[in-house]
Amino acid sequence: MNDTSDTIRLAAQLRARVVAMSHAAKAAHLASALSCLDILTVLYESVLDIDPARPKWEDRDRFILSKGHAAAALYAMLAHKGFIPASDLDRYGKAGSMLEEHPSPKVPGVEAATGSLGHGLPVGSGMALAARIRQRDYRTFVLMSDGECNEGSVWEACLFAAANKLGNLCAFVDFNKWQATGRSREVLALDPLVDKFRSFGWNVHEIDGHDHAQILNAVAQVSTAQQQPTMVVAHTVKGRGVSFMEDDNNWHYRIPTEEEVERARIELGVQA
Amino acid sequence: MRNAFAAAVTELGEIHPELVMLAGDIGNRLFDSFKDRHPSRFYNCGVAEANMTGVASGLAASGLRPITYTITPFNTVRCLEQIRLDVCYPNLPVIIVGTGSGLSYAGLGATHHSMEDIAILRTLPNMHVVCPADQTEVKLAVADALRIGRPTYIRLGKKGEPQVHETPPAFTIGRGIPMRAGRDVAILSVGNMLATAMQAADTLEGQGVSTEVVSMHTVKPLDEALLESAFADRKLVVVLEEHALAGGAGSAVLEWGNMRGVDLRKLVCVAGPDRFLSACGSQTQARTEIGLTTADVVTRVTSRLN
Repeated sequence: MNDTSDTIRLAAQLRARVVAMSHAAKAAHLASALSCLDILTVLYESVLDIDPARPKWEDRDRFILSKGHAAAALYAMLAHKGFIPASDLDRYGKAGSMLEEHPSPKVPGVEAATGSLGHGLPVGSGMALAARIRQRDYRTFVLMSDGECNEGSVWEACLFAAANKLGNLCAFVDFNKWQATGRSREVLALDPLVDKFRSFGWNVHEIDGHDHAQILNAVAQVSTAQQQPTMVVAHTVKGRGVSFMEDDNNWHYRIPTEEEVERARIELGVQA
Repeated sequence: MRNAFAAAVTELGEIHPELVMLAGDIGNRLFDSFKDRHPSRFYNCGVAEANMTGVASGLAASGLRPITYTITPFNTVRCLEQIRLDVCYPNLPVIIVGTGSGLSYAGLGATHHSMEDIAILRTLPNMHVVCPADQTEVKLAVADALRIGRPTYIRLGKKGEPQVHETPPAFTIGRGIPMRAGRDVAILSVGNMLATAMQAADTLEGQGVSTEVVSMHTVKPLDEALLESAFADRKLVVVLEEHALAGGAGSAVLEWGNMRGVDLRKLVCVAGPDRFLSACGSQTQARTEIGLTTADVVTRVTSRLN
């Protein structure tokens, strides 16, 4: 078993940072950012072969945050890794800042323009196919939301990736059971999500999306040598890590007050 | 045009090892020689144009030069947001090729007509819009789009279009090709209307109207030098296109002329109506119904001159 205490500590720090960023920018989608932060942290810290000094390095692993509304989580991570200066986070969402509320491809480390849902998996499939054509062994990771699986283009890409045996492609569904206006199981009948992906020809893992060891284990086999793309259905809690936000969909749009930022920081055990 | 396109990409695949063909479940036999010569660079993406366009974006972002190919409405408006966000926003070198544009598939019904594609695609930042006139221009357009390396929409007919160029002309995206000279009227012909434009010019010459014809294959970026010259000393400037009036090439010229402050009373737009076309039979019959024949062009010009 890998020691995950470092990534757990980092995820808490990033959560506190993202809560503060939401307050400062008056930017929504905080709970969506919190739900995927463990997946982001494990991928960036323990999985992705990337080099912040060379964001366009040809052999880098690719990561696409297809649920672009969680941009704050991605920016906090890109700053932690050194793709962008940490001071840029203070200007998130403000005039003149490239850190918009959805990721722009102009930001170093951002692989695709996302924010409109259902774009990341087709684009990621193209990146994975390009690795095969160009005989390179990088891998491509895509992080989607459960609400995003309403989009037909997600399923078009599922067919394409399986048909083309893109074993170097791995997608996550941050399955926090909520979309903007309701339970994702009720808005459209998502369940059984695992069976759906399996029947589309993917190698599917169903995990606790906050358990760092399980996240690591789920992606261990992703490589050009595989014949099937990997889908990780990650059960998560929207607003994870802050008790008064967890599984409360008001925090899809709500902005935390200064006092709530402080309460969240203390709960997360992060130094001021 | 589609055969010329298939031949062109097969040949261009040799000098562009990064060229990758993506097709939307059409042209099965059409690309046989491409597949023979470049077996790892042809992908049938099925009937899933949104995904095909996203895949093209991912390929282009990874150093390849993809071309997507299927019937025009399905490769343009069906997957418009993918073109907008996956291709144009990051300004990636993806070439989108629509086959059967305008009224090429007149008899297949309005599902297969594309009288709005120029209007819609030219509004996208970073996008070039190119409408080759005949088979010769098809090959030159694809080659030049690959040279330039940015989002490009290439609007093809289907097959059997009249061959107008006797020898390959100099071809640059954004620069019209002079076909014949004339002092009174300039006909700027877009795409597959060129044979009609040439015939109309012949008829007008017979009536004493000296008529220039230019193959204005590129709607975006417009050939501004060409437009400056045409509006400077011609009595009329005709823009002829197998596309709706709203937002088409004529509309683009109108926008340019407004910004530039030229005399727009000289402009005559010969284009299609604002309605779905039904029961049109062949392309020729459809053009007759909506006023896109040689006789229509001649009448529009002479009535305005008088």
